[in-house]
Amino acid sequence: MTIQFNDETFRDDYTFRNSDWAIKRFPFPFHEDSYMYSVNMEQHKGGPAGSVYEKRFDVDEHYVSEMRDRAKVLDEDPLRCQSLPHMTLAGWDLLELIMESKSEDYPDLFELHRDGNKWRWINKPLGIDDTFTFLDESTLPYGPMEYITRQAQGDYAVLDQRDDMLWMDAGMITTQADWSLDFDIGMNFFEWHAPVPLAHEKGIFIRALKFLLNVQQGAPARRLNWTMTVNPLLDTSPEHYHKWGIQKTELTAENIGQKQHLRVELQTFFRLPRSNALVFPIRCYLCSFQDLMTMPKWGRRLHRVIRDLPVELATYKGFIDNRPLMIDYLSQFDDGLPTSPGIWPDRETEPPLQK
Amino acid sequence: MSKFEFPPSIPSRPVWGTLEARSGKSHLMIADAEGAEAILDVATPEMMANTHIIFISNGTDYADKLRTLNPAQFYEGPSYPASVQRIQRVLSAAHMGLQVYLAGTESLMGQAMNEAVNAGIPHTAIQTEHRGSTARRMQCVHCKGMTENVEMDPFVCSHCGLNLFVRDHYSRRHAAYQGVCIDAEDPGNVPEPKGIYE
Amino acid sequence: MSGAEKIAVKVTEITSINDLVTRFRFERVDGGLLPTFSGGAHTVVEMDDDGITRLNPYSLMSDPYDQTSYTISVRRDDEGRGGSLYMHQKVNVGDEMTISYPVNLFSLDLRARKHLFIAGGIGITPFLAQIKQLERFNGHWELHYACRSAALGSYADELTDRHPNEAHVYYDDQSQAIDLANLLDGQPLGTHVYICGPKGMINWVKGTAEDAGWPRDNVHYEEFLAPQPGKPFEVKLAISNKVIQVGENESLLEAIEREGVDAPYLCRGGACGQCETNVIGYDGKFIHRDHWLEDEEHASGQKIMPCVSRFEGKTLVLDR
Repeated sequence: MTIQFNDETFRDDYTFRNSDWAIKRFPFPFHEDSYMYSVNMEQHKGGPAGSVYEKRFDVDEHYVSEMRDRAKVLDEDPLRCQSLPHMTLAGWDLLELIMESKSEDYPDLFELHRDGNKWRWINKPLGIDDTFTFLDESTLPYGPMEYITRQAQGDYAVLDQRDDMLWMDAGMITTQADWSLDFDIGMNFFEWHAPVPLAHEKGIFIRALKFLLNVQQGAPARRLNWTMTVNPLLDTSPEHYHKWGIQKTELTAENIGQKQHLRVELQTFFRLPRSNALVFPIRCYLCSFQDLMTMPKWGRRLHRVIRDLPVELATYKGFIDNRPLMIDYLSQFDDGLPTSPGIWPDRETEPPLQK
Repeated sequence: MSKFEFPPSIPSRPVWGTLEARSGKSHLMIADAEGAEAILDVATPEMMANTHIIFISNGTDYADKLRTLNPAQFYEGPSYPASVQRIQRVLSAAHMGLQVYLAGTESLMGQAMNEAVNAGIPHTAIQTEHRGSTARRMQCVHCKGMTENVEMDPFVCSHCGLNLFVRDHYSRRHAAYQGVCIDAEDPGNVPEPKGIYE
Repeated sequence: MSGAEKIAVKVTEITSINDLVTRFRFERVDGGLLPTFSGGAHTVVEMDDDGITRLNPYSLMSDPYDQTSYTISVRRDDEGRGGSLYMHQKVNVGDEMTISYPVNLFSLDLRARKHLFIAGGIGITPFLAQIKQLERFNGHWELHYACRSAALGSYADELTDRHPNEAHVYYDDQSQAIDLANLLDGQPLGTHVYICGPKGMINWVKGTAEDAGWPRDNVHYEEFLAPQPGKPFEVKLAISNKVIQVGENESLLEAIEREGVDAPYLCRGGACGQCETNVIGYDGKFIHRDHWLEDEEHASGQKIMPCVSRFEGKTLVLDR
């Protein structure tokens, strides 16, 4: 299908909206009625047609507006995109991976023409037609990682692999769940995850690291993660927390359905061939509570998950103060009926709300 | 009494060690104030023959004691910023096998470690020992400014004036802990500051 | 599925390098391009050796950016279990084979101010690809390569011809030896040393570097262990409920695979940790040969790396 790109904002007047198509394919992150950390990795090898899993790098109706938002963030604060000097080769790897994937997966939107190291890249939605020399930084307007991630939705953490450890040595981070690339760059896997509660004690990160160190060329992996955001704000950075934090207090029983968003990260992991680095794209999907409630299964399940979540997690994810309000709202959509296993909405088989 | 037992914390918070003599062709020791005691504890005449000591006294009187160790080179500097160019110069001419020892405040160790890492020594190979003040070097995550000698939590950013709480999340590259706005969700509601380790 | 992704290739060239070493060139069966890789990567070559499937890792030695073909060099091991003999004796130009995607367990530290390579014998192969990678980006490197004799010095002449200032070759039969202590002594801060060769050489360089005060993180080595033959033994696989026999000339991992039990693996040389298997019970002694498990784990009797390690005794029950 041809994607109709929205003209919308993720700040100030918040005109962001999900179409029915976008709601239906929203990556709802809970496969059962409760949630705890796990190393929920699976192979990233396609998925149901139309789902966010289908393509290597999903492009949706928010693409053009998200890229506009990213450019604004970078104009204000260039430190959101940084690459330590030894990571340039990994940047070229990433550029090649994204250009190849997008031109093969969306031939109507992106084209890549290669003649040896002379490459021509056409990005129709953003109106880009550039010719450059692969592996020659002087032929691009930005470094290779910045160039391509200004044209790809989601954040990108590029991890160097050394001494059986992953190091956060480069990244494009403008849609993050409250962590700072500028502060965390150069840290190892355990260090940048240090603020996450409970998971260290459960050995989650040791197992996750072992898995990620062994992600091989040609065999990418993926998982979902989630948090909560009031208003469809993409740039929930710690840098600007003193400006956006106040929005969390503006939630009321009347506006919660429209203002409160479930924020889901589709995290994927690709081994980069020339550098042996690992790229960790973190794609952010937002969906308002009221849009989620159009799927009866998601309504029932979200209520149960939020109600039963351990206090530490609700605190870490930043919604402990708003949880009572959320539960009040969500309980209206939980009739106590059982839910089918798995994340898909099962619109045809799940019964409508019985109250 | 200058040894402090830091409470257990998250994995990004540095864990300081105890200096021990290591084999190597040459030794670079950088310390401030009470950090001198750690050098005095580990020094041997054999080692001192190939040791360069860079000492920032911060008003203490350890310099003479260190001089009596008779190191190959000794420098006493009035402050870290005044000494940093010398540290860079020494590292730029050094060879593999150089052993680096850092002792004193977290701010001194963190910043000197950064210089050694930039010169090509992995941070895991650099020895440290905390002595003296437990004040922290804090980076404001909002304006990026550094505030030195922070002992109270919360504190006011010396650059942008925001009220920041003190996190244990630590960046080796900035040689600083992270400070985050404490009253973003309730402007003006700032708890009474108390000592970081109280 | 276990192991890395697979590629169907055709042998397009076989070149005898000297009495012991033969080079093989692979191209894709479908005529397409092979994946690029990073210097130091290996590929696992599948061989159907009279009913036994052998999966042997070989370092890729070709230019990592040449996607038209891969080359590997195989040293004939007359004492071994047969993988190298199979390559030397049974493989012909035109044969179709299956190899894995490149996997790198010996990559360059791209932060290094200088890369110092120390090779022994056939251990030269990963460095050939790393040198090509570094040359493209004007990397700072130096090679010291010890081999038995000029006649057995694979690629020595081509290296010294092309890189007269960087490549240094030492012949045992001419009593030439690397002056290691001296070599390590003068290196600038930020130098990384890489060793590929026999175990003795690795230990020699590791030990000398440690004595000279080199940080552990600046010393890298790769030692592929070929599985060694040994006495046959019997194993019970608890999950799949099978009792299997491990033959003299096959590894425990190969025997498990022969019985159709899917077991994870990657390097098949005791290095990567993927095939780590829990021991449920045993009566006998382990012959641990990997360098993945810690000494305490070896002593505990609770874990085994079936790619290279064996067992002698009455019973062994594995969680597989």
